[in-house]
Amino acid sequence: MTTGISRSVPRVDAYDKAAGITRYIADIPVAGVCYGKLVRTSISRGTILDIDVPELPEGFWFISEGDIPEGGRNRIHMIKEDWPVFTNSEVRFYGQTIGILVGPDREQLIALADAVRVTYREQEAAFTIEEGLACRGGALHGDDNLFADYCLVKGDPESAFSRAHRVIEDVIETGFQEHVYMEPQGITVEEQDGKIVIHASCQCPFYIRKAVAPSLNRSLDDIIVRQAVTGGGFGGKEHFPDIIASAAAVAVTKVHRPVQVIFDREEDMCYSTKRHPSQVIFKTALDSENRIIGMDIDARINAGAYESCSPVVLQRLIFSSNSVYDIPNVQLRGRAVATSTIPSDAFRGFGAPQGIIAAELHMSHIAREIGMDEVELKRSLMVSKGSRTITNGTIHETVKLHEMWQRIAEVSGWHEKKSRYAPGSGRGMGAAFYLHGGGFTGSGEQDIIKARVRMVKRDDGIVEILLSNVEMGQGLQTTFRKIAAQVLDCDYRDILLADPDTDRVPDSGPTVASRSIMIVGRLVQLAAEQLKHKLHEPGAQESEAAYTQPPGCHWDQETLQGDAYPAYGWGICVIETAVDPDTCEVETLGVWTIHEIGKAIDEAIVHGQVTGGVIQALGYGSLEKLELKDGKFFQHTMADYIIPTTLDFPGVYSELVENPYPYGPFGAKGLGELVFDGAAASYAMAVQHAVDRTVSRIPVTPEYIMELKTHG
Amino acid sequence: MVIHFTCNGKPVTVDVDGDMRVLDVLRDVLDLTGTKEGCGEGECGACTIILNGKTVNSCLLYAGKLQGAVVETIEGLSGDSAGLHPIQESFLEEGAVQCGFCTPGMVLSTKALLDRHPDPSIKEIETALSGNFCRCTGYGKIMKAVVSSAEKLRDSREDGHQSGTGLGVKRG
Repeated sequence: MTTGISRSVPRVDAYDKAAGITRYIADIPVAGVCYGKLVRTSISRGTILDIDVPELPEGFWFISEGDIPEGGRNRIHMIKEDWPVFTNSEVRFYGQTIGILVGPDREQLIALADAVRVTYREQEAAFTIEEGLACRGGALHGDDNLFADYCLVKGDPESAFSRAHRVIEDVIETGFQEHVYMEPQGITVEEQDGKIVIHASCQCPFYIRKAVAPSLNRSLDDIIVRQAVTGGGFGGKEHFPDIIASAAAVAVTKVHRPVQVIFDREEDMCYSTKRHPSQVIFKTALDSENRIIGMDIDARINAGAYESCSPVVLQRLIFSSNSVYDIPNVQLRGRAVATSTIPSDAFRGFGAPQGIIAAELHMSHIAREIGMDEVELKRSLMVSKGSRTITNGTIHETVKLHEMWQRIAEVSGWHEKKSRYAPGSGRGMGAAFYLHGGGFTGSGEQDIIKARVRMVKRDDGIVEILLSNVEMGQGLQTTFRKIAAQVLDCDYRDILLADPDTDRVPDSGPTVASRSIMIVGRLVQLAAEQLKHKLHEPGAQESEAAYTQPPGCHWDQETLQGDAYPAYGWGICVIETAVDPDTCEVETLGVWTIHEIGKAIDEAIVHGQVTGGVIQALGYGSLEKLELKDGKFFQHTMADYIIPTTLDFPGVYSELVENPYPYGPFGAKGLGELVFDGAAASYAMAVQHAVDRTVSRIPVTPEYIMELKTHG
Repeated sequence: MVIHFTCNGKPVTVDVDGDMRVLDVLRDVLDLTGTKEGCGEGECGACTIILNGKTVNSCLLYAGKLQGAVVETIEGLSGDSAGLHPIQESFLEEGAVQCGFCTPGMVLSTKALLDRHPDPSIKEIETALSGNFCRCTGYGKIMKAVVSSAEKLRDSREDGHQSGTGLGVKRG
């Protein structure tokens, strides 16, 4: 039986959620509220010539660029000044915000929004990576359409390629993915005591504050963000709430009433941000003994019309593109390409899944080409403690992948099944190996986020944790309390932890990047240790902990050299499939996973995250197809964008291996994204084995399998 | 139109447009916000209620259909003081609640299933819940919760106890 902090306890948020008592943003009535409806562009690229707004009934307003308060910026501050709050001239993507209609009746708002007539001068647009690189219709950004263009070199790739006996090439492609958090986007903005208060279903309350303040020409302290109970995020509520909040906040300064914007599902699917599509071109140099001596990687992502966080997503993609393998000589170019699509943004994994899927499929293709067992090839190249990374940093920790493989091969029956299922027999096995760096990439934690956590013992003896990371289903309300309770030797249910309010909590950073437990949880532990000494002193007591970089980690952001991450989570996912010979429908017969995340803070929560992440990744790898047609998403309802249901996949076997990390709370590292990184690749390889064809893109739909079987 | 129906065991009268969605009657008129809107097109199951013993998506149903009907929503399963229904308890115990947005619909689909089939097969559970989407859990712990609540309800029936009173799980 599991003991200590890993032992599962009832989640603190579960009772109210199961009872239907929990109030999400759309469940909270607001007196005198005006609803908001965004008015959007209906072309992908061009210029607005005229906006004709119908005569509005009493109590309705149309808010647009001219309504931005004096001195306010018509740019939303994300990583830098980015999307316009409202456009009245340049159109860069379909669905860009022109204005917001506000008023007391939702149905009337829809009718009024439909009646707004906009005249455009349309321009040729680039939608795909190739069109973006070719600057179709003229460059959208700079003179080359590149938001970022990075190069990495490890070893001496030039010499390796000059010595190559043969070169194996591959193009691996992934598509858009929609988050489909069950609760659509929603915010309420109101004025309180001269300040702007934003209630938001969100992951990053301080991001919203930073985004909105410059548009209103107000100080950061004038903007208060209160997280509402958040029904799932997965990255989709990292930056996108900034977009809605900015428009609604401008409206509030004009109409001086509360404004609420709740998306319906179709609006959410059509106009919220998505996962970056990717195209990764590999060339691998082999010597005469078929040993891998060098690799050339050209990675491109479709960033969409504005920069958003695309350069950072690209960094994580390229830093993950050698996955768990120590390739001796590598040259890499990575580009974030501007196109006239909705800006791509954060989604669980943040670029790593695209890099890892490409690496895993490419490695399996090399094995097929040289007639070697793919797992043996991969195991012969696996990193270990002291290995050099693609950024010429060091793996600082013991890597347990070999013992994890022994275990998962045993429970999945890998060797027996792999030998029994002949390639092309209709039955297939796939195994993906993966890693995920915990926390922000590079020096982000130290130089940008600078997380702080406060803890107080009140006069009445009750302890409260103050920080800005949110519960969105991943269990932080419970795990943060458990960490503090373990230190203070009390019941976790006796510790207070409210949903964050930027007016009363320190900025411990956003709820992203698998950082909440590893980075912020560690600060909770440190703050609790400090407070423990003062716990029995009379009166209120307080402690605070601030992030410091673990010793021995070095990073140069200019050259992208050094330790991109201080520590990694590690995983293996094995999948068994059966492909119907006639219909090419795939039945997934088994899913086995093993993960090393340092230490589980709560095993039930960890296994829940594993299963959820794996199933979401299997959706990405097999079902979730999101196509663009003239700049619009073709699939825009839950009826045509298919996510996994109870009928699609079997139960997920989940096992954990401990390897405590000295700078994480009780040894814990990151978890949330790691568990998304491998399953899509594993599925693709299992299908590849079953049909004996080279799979080089996801989702692996029956149509694609049919195409492979017909055309090879 | 004036509509009389039974909601969570109590008689209710509302005066609304006949073409108002039942989802809006529940949420906006009766303040029963445990019923969620996830898609508004009958796909995701977040708005599941039990109407005359069968699960329906309340976003697809018009108020007129409520005339004389018997409706159960998530609020009817647990009174404020009565504690949780055994199904809800199982969802807590198995860790089947994450973001919580799908939970009320999942619980009601489970109840409708177990009311019909006290001893369902795994396949029957998967089919009964296939109209309720969840993006957090991957369904593993939800499946376990349904199996465990079926056992619990069978045991309580055999013991001659009534379901619906708390089995020890208290509000955290």
